[in-house]
Amino acid sequence: MITSALQNIGARALGVFESFGSASIFFAKIIAAVPRALTRPRLIVKEIYSVGVLSLTIIVVSGLFVGMVLGLQGYVTLVDFGAEESLGVVVAMTLVRELGPVVTALLFAGRAGSALAAEIGLMKATEQLSSMEMMAVDPIRRIITPRFIGGFISVPLLTAIFTAVGILGGRFVGVGMLGIDEGSYWSQMQANVDLIDDVANGMIKGVVFAVACVWIALYKGYSAIPTAEGISLATTHTVVNSALAVLGLDFVLTALMFGDL
Amino acid sequence: MEPIVQIRDLHFTRGTRKIFNGISLDIHAGQVTAFMGPSGTGKTTLLKLIGGQLRPEKGSVKVFGEYIHNVNQETLYSVRKKMGMLFQSGALLTDLNVFENVAFPLREHTQLPEQIIRDLVLLKLESVGLRGARKLMPSQLSGGMARRVALARAIVLDPSMIMYDEPFTGLDPITKGTIVTLIKELNESMGLTSVIVSHDVDETLSIADYIYVISEGEIVESGDPNNLSTSTSGWMQQFLKGLPDGPVPFHYPSEEFKSDLLVGR
Repeated sequence: MITSALQNIGARALGVFESFGSASIFFAKIIAAVPRALTRPRLIVKEIYSVGVLSLTIIVVSGLFVGMVLGLQGYVTLVDFGAEESLGVVVAMTLVRELGPVVTALLFAGRAGSALAAEIGLMKATEQLSSMEMMAVDPIRRIITPRFIGGFISVPLLTAIFTAVGILGGRFVGVGMLGIDEGSYWSQMQANVDLIDDVANGMIKGVVFAVACVWIALYKGYSAIPTAEGISLATTHTVVNSALAVLGLDFVLTALMFGDL
Repeated sequence: MEPIVQIRDLHFTRGTRKIFNGISLDIHAGQVTAFMGPSGTGKTTLLKLIGGQLRPEKGSVKVFGEYIHNVNQETLYSVRKKMGMLFQSGALLTDLNVFENVAFPLREHTQLPEQIIRDLVLLKLESVGLRGARKLMPSQLSGGMARRVALARAIVLDPSMIMYDEPFTGLDPITKGTIVTLIKELNESMGLTSVIVSHDVDETLSIADYIYVISEGEIVESGDPNNLSTSTSGWMQQFLKGLPDGPVPFHYPSEEFKSDLLVGR
């Protein structure tokens, strides 16, 4: 009984390491294919449209609501201390440092990551990847890498858009509805948000989350079992693993950038 | 002349199931060679082994003079450029229209001017009778049309050998006849070597020059269509005539029916 339980744990652990090793080799192949993929910018632009531009609606709408909620919650808390004029800093700091990169990455994983995994999984199930192999075309170079670059470029840009729209949402509630002085909202933000410490670090998070989300989505699709159930599992795992990776990496990056751990 | 494909003592296992148990065979240039046998005997697996998509457990697969399972990616791809493969589903790229699907190998492997690519694609589409369908998307094609487009794509780089995976399955009689004619004509007019995997007896016998019949991991019969038709083997006759019971039993192995019904009474 105990032996079999230990065997099960061992087998699962081996499975996890094997899967991580195979995902790492997959990642190395993508990176090796990047220089050649860059010589065909049209393929990359198509993917930026597919994973980036088509994600704009959800990013803009979510950013607006998140900013509005932050404006409202921030005001309710700050007004007790007579510090409601600092609302702009609170909203901007929260969005630039944390919510912008994290929520964008989570939304990206749900909207574009799952679509990428399903698309690649279906291409595998319908033998499109095999047919490319047989035409002497490397699917990692032709299909996977342009999608990776497209996601890598799109997520930081979406993060910037999410943050900007969120700040406008906070302004709409704080200045437009709750009567905070517009000059204070913007000037305090300008004075306290640092380009390197806050904005650049937030964008670095966006880049790291982009790599994690796109890598997970592409790997899950590429390694999916080519059946309806296999593709369904791949999309589910993409969203779950991406969310966990983003939240875990966020803690590590926050500790490195802002923490005194 | 050395055969285009030489397979020697090929062993291959999938999971715990032995697919090939030491088969050896040759495929000669200019011929239509067919692999026949019941479903699940590994005919498609054999094509994948010839194409270098799978590695044998033991034995060798030599294609165009290269041991295809022991070469680097560059050599593998240069061998694959000499072969085309028609997948059972067609495997067309669903985000490209018919024209772009056929143009795909040309765009990937050549630097030809757009006008030449257009001419070549139209030529190949004309040869499969689908020049007029060039603007359609794969989702707008019937199964037979998709296979014809895939055939045009497979021949667009003028390969020396084409492998057909179940080219007749699921087609109506007219489309089936069209595919048979196309395979035959392309083989003759382009001087191709064709390898067909199929369990459609009549169609395969009508175009094959040489047939290997595979069952239970071994080659059970081989020869030209006339030899096979007159074979005295009970298994072969059951397969050719499509008889439900015989040496290949109708029933999956099980305990006696009566005792099974009486369980728990």
